[in-house]
Amino acid sequence: MTAVAQPAAPAPQDAPRRTRLRPGGRRRPLNPGRLLAWAVLLLFLLVTIAPFLWMLRTALSNNRSLFTEPNSPLPVDFTWGPLQRVFGTASTEEAQAEGGSGASLHFWVYLRNSLIVSTLITVGQVFFSACAAYAFARLSWPGRDKVFFVFLTALMVPPVFTMLPNFVLIKELGLLNTYPGIVAPFFFMTPFAVFFLRQFFLGINRELEEAAMIDGAGYYRIFFRIILPASSAPLATLGILTFINAWNEYFWPNLVGQKDGVRVLTVALSAFRTATPNTGPDWAGLMAAALVAAVPTMLVFLAFGRKIINSIQFTGVK
Amino acid sequence: MATITGGAAAATPVPRPAAHPPSNRRRRETRAALVFLAPAALGFLVFFAWPTLRGLYLSLTDYDLLTAPEFSGLDNYRTLIHDDVFWNSLWVTLEYVVINIGVQTVVALALAVLMHRLTQSTVIRGVLLLPYLISNVVVALVWYWMADFNLGLINQGMDWIGLDRIGFFGDENWAIPTIALVNVWRHMGYTALLIFAGLQAINRDVYEAAAVDGANERRIFFGITLPLLRPVLALVLIITVIGSWQIFDTVAVTTKGGPVDATRTVQVYIYDQAFTRFNFGYASAISVALFLILAFVAFAQLRLMRAGESDQS
Repeated sequence: MTAVAQPAAPAPQDAPRRTRLRPGGRRRPLNPGRLLAWAVLLLFLLVTIAPFLWMLRTALSNNRSLFTEPNSPLPVDFTWGPLQRVFGTASTEEAQAEGGSGASLHFWVYLRNSLIVSTLITVGQVFFSACAAYAFARLSWPGRDKVFFVFLTALMVPPVFTMLPNFVLIKELGLLNTYPGIVAPFFFMTPFAVFFLRQFFLGINRELEEAAMIDGAGYYRIFFRIILPASSAPLATLGILTFINAWNEYFWPNLVGQKDGVRVLTVALSAFRTATPNTGPDWAGLMAAALVAAVPTMLVFLAFGRKIINSIQFTGVK
Repeated sequence: MATITGGAAAATPVPRPAAHPPSNRRRRETRAALVFLAPAALGFLVFFAWPTLRGLYLSLTDYDLLTAPEFSGLDNYRTLIHDDVFWNSLWVTLEYVVINIGVQTVVALALAVLMHRLTQSTVIRGVLLLPYLISNVVVALVWYWMADFNLGLINQGMDWIGLDRIGFFGDENWAIPTIALVNVWRHMGYTALLIFAGLQAINRDVYEAAAVDGANERRIFFGITLPLLRPVLALVLIITVIGSWQIFDTVAVTTKGGPVDATRTVQVYIYDQAFTRFNFGYASAISVALFLILAFVAFAQLRLMRAGESDQS
């Protein structure tokens, strides 16, 4: 993805021109066509951002007052109430005064559960997939390519197809409503993670490995001391993507983790919505809960945005 | 190491350490490979291979999750063929896929071309990608609120420009298009980014040449960009179409299959049969059907679009 850092591709109709050049890059004259193009792009950006702003605005509004100013871009009758309801720090009377149901919610618990589940999945999946990718990319053993092909076939099976029997298995193992049950199917590998890391491991220079071997290093030392450090960037990228996916997963934790103690945010949010009455729903509370579920991935994105963007473009080029 | 087929291996013929004769070393290497592979292989066998076989078996049984599955041959499939709700779910899902993929691909292509021609800004790409990183559940809820009949922002806007209000999620005719567009919103930036990467891979000389020949923007797009982009577009379409067929989360959070069966997509129907009616065997049979449909769709797309080759050659 070297192209990312390069200056913009010159537009074909761009003949050498007299307009002043900006020191950092080139500037093209704004003809009507380009102006229109920018307008369309900005419109899409607005459409992308607006729901987030609306979520924030609603989460800071008093639910009872929402109907008085449904169009106001600012929070209506500003209050921290919805967030307090979501975290269970508002008393029943306070909650009901602002249009909440008064039922106590434990989003701290769900936040903790989501963190535990996503972290376990990320650590397990990335590490074990890296181990497997090392065996596929750097070690030679009989049947290796056939086994790799079999691993890849798992990519073709739609998740819902394996989720039903997996549910039966987790139930038989007595792991319903436990962290291991929620984590297990994603913990050891995904075909994508193995494939992704194998691509990088294939490209590592073999001289390092050979040199280490002459010094008497075994395969395990080579894996931990050479392969893993040399692949820290793709490992980090895979880790970030795995974490976000695990955080956002709904179907599986909804099947096996319904109990309050292990419920993750997505499941809790969906349950909160189901419990909300159709007449006079607590929109502010719902949006506050949605905000709580969205903010962690947004923070991850703020910290690692460029990495994520590049990795997605990388998978696109493959 | 001579047996390794990787590209880097051939270039550096390093003499083997004398201490280990070749056969001994091979054995050690195989043993190490087995150890490294063991956890992933366990995960593969237990959570991918075994459930696939078991799913096929369960589809041939009568199973309510409480008593042991009872073999019933092809009964589930016979029921399936005459099940109107199943056929309806296929149509509903197909409608969803057509709207979702149709709009999404056009919008994403437009966005990708706009970004490619206007700006290299990472911030803009980042903003457009943001919805994709937010959970389906959150996205569904936010739009459920925005599209609310009484207080939702969209209906307020419709009022303002003088249109009638629409019950986006509550109206039988609007529910599927609404859900399809919500997911266009979530995926358009991601899809645009994939296409954008494909655009960057196109050689600039081709554009220069077209400009020299005096081609206008329209001709450049349809004559150069689109044909050269075809392999990338084909790949993007296969990924997005297969994902689109498995629509579940958004429906589960908003309409739960209703009104009536208007949004009961295949995966929602599978979930209903398995976990609210406890017809686990029958649900497995539907997921076998979904599996076959997806395999067929992928195969047909590969053939139709000749994904591997571009028009360039």
